[in-house]
Amino acid sequence: MSSTKPAPAPKEAVRASRRERGREHGSVTFDRVSVDDVSRHFGRRRAVSRVTFTVARGQILGLLGPNGAGKSTLLAMLGTLLRPTSGSIRFGALDVTTGSEALRALIGVLGHDLFLYPELTARENLTFFASLYGIADAPGVASGALERAALIDRADDLVSSFSRGMRQRVALERALIHQPRLVLLDEPFTGLDDASTAALVTRLKRLREEGAIVVLATHDLDLAEGLLDEAVFLRDGRMVHSMTRPDALRSTYRSVMTGQP
Amino acid sequence: MIRLAWLILRKDLTVEVRSGEIAYTTLFFAVTCVLVFAFALVREGRPPEDGAAGILWIAIAFAGNLALGRAFERERQAETLRALLLAPTPRPAVYLGKLLGIVVLLAGTEAILVPLIALLFQAQLLAHPFWLSAILAAGTIGFAAVGTLFAAMLVRARSRDVLLPVLLYPITVPVIIAGVRGTAALLQPQFEGDIVRFWFALLIAFDAVFVTLSLWTFESVMTD
Repeated sequence: MSSTKPAPAPKEAVRASRRERGREHGSVTFDRVSVDDVSRHFGRRRAVSRVTFTVARGQILGLLGPNGAGKSTLLAMLGTLLRPTSGSIRFGALDVTTGSEALRALIGVLGHDLFLYPELTARENLTFFASLYGIADAPGVASGALERAALIDRADDLVSSFSRGMRQRVALERALIHQPRLVLLDEPFTGLDDASTAALVTRLKRLREEGAIVVLATHDLDLAEGLLDEAVFLRDGRMVHSMTRPDALRSTYRSVMTGQP
Repeated sequence: MIRLAWLILRKDLTVEVRSGEIAYTTLFFAVTCVLVFAFALVREGRPPEDGAAGILWIAIAFAGNLALGRAFERERQAETLRALLLAPTPRPAVYLGKLLGIVVLLAGTEAILVPLIALLFQAQLLAHPFWLSAILAAGTIGFAAVGTLFAAMLVRARSRDVLLPVLLYPITVPVIIAGVRGTAALLQPQFEGDIVRFWFALLIAFDAVFVTLSLWTFESVMTD
């Protein structure tokens, strides 16, 4: 199935919707995200313990660490899905606990699970989420996103019939459909082939150029190496190291995590 | 909020029309339940007096539990519930959309159950269609209002399939009792309008309390 329907100025539609939402929620904007001494406990288990970092617009920050290090919990708190047990997360001057609805309009999340309905087509999924974000011309914006994902020819196929790479491309467009200011990605390279990985890296670099704040949790140090502006190393929920303009990530990671040089 | 609830309802119904998963399993379970009761209780063509009302509501309660569990399991599998909660929408709109979806699905099941029970139990269920619809609608909304909140709360619990009925049935006992008594009053040879109105009013009061409480608590329940 294919569609030749052109995408009518999707960026303008998103901007108009954002202006509208800005009026609804009060004007919310931020150019940096500050995580200050944040902890999160689940019962007696400390998933995240006293983590502090700041990331500004036009930067990609990597959360690096083994499984169970607290990366996903930290992303959930940045995405307003979880409240910190202690400490604060500030988006510019705004605290995460206030104005959550307005903040969520500026946050895009790509999780390890793709947040797509397999029983809906790619177009239906994107149109649904565009409508949920209050975008005025949701079908037009969805078409534009499908063109960017090079999936316009498969737009009316069910997502359940897509390969992992194709689903990931749709999921990335879903996460970015409202042009978020903060983009959170949890293990986005998992299960992708080389071409899809390269396309995702290119997209992330473009987001940085456009002034977005990108926070990326990943195991893939080789990919992270040339991509990150900041790196935060986590182990057992604690921040054990951080680097600006990181290079030699693999050796740093090994020495930080194992104590071996 | 209504627009967003409608969006979520429309999405849920589209998914259900494509998969048929909840509608078929719920309907199959409810019809089997009614047939078992019919074989057990109807002797020589004579059904037990007032049995139809109880069996109707037992089938609705069992089928409702099944539908609630599956509706949220579907959102959990692809983590789409997280995507709904991440959207800049008032979270009560998510609750309202899911609640309406469950109510529509249960209404479809009830549309099959009512004539089936009327036939098997020789009950005059369709003698007062307005009042029957009103009691079924109010009872279904009350049951689904509590169930939707609990199902959403338990979506990440490992033993959610066991916990949902354990939590749901005790809380919804007043709805089931009011539903059974109101429906039984409709089956009397002489229409007992005052009794029907009393049970209907009780159901409406229950709906108002639980829908309001659920809308109020959904945000905090889903954030942590």
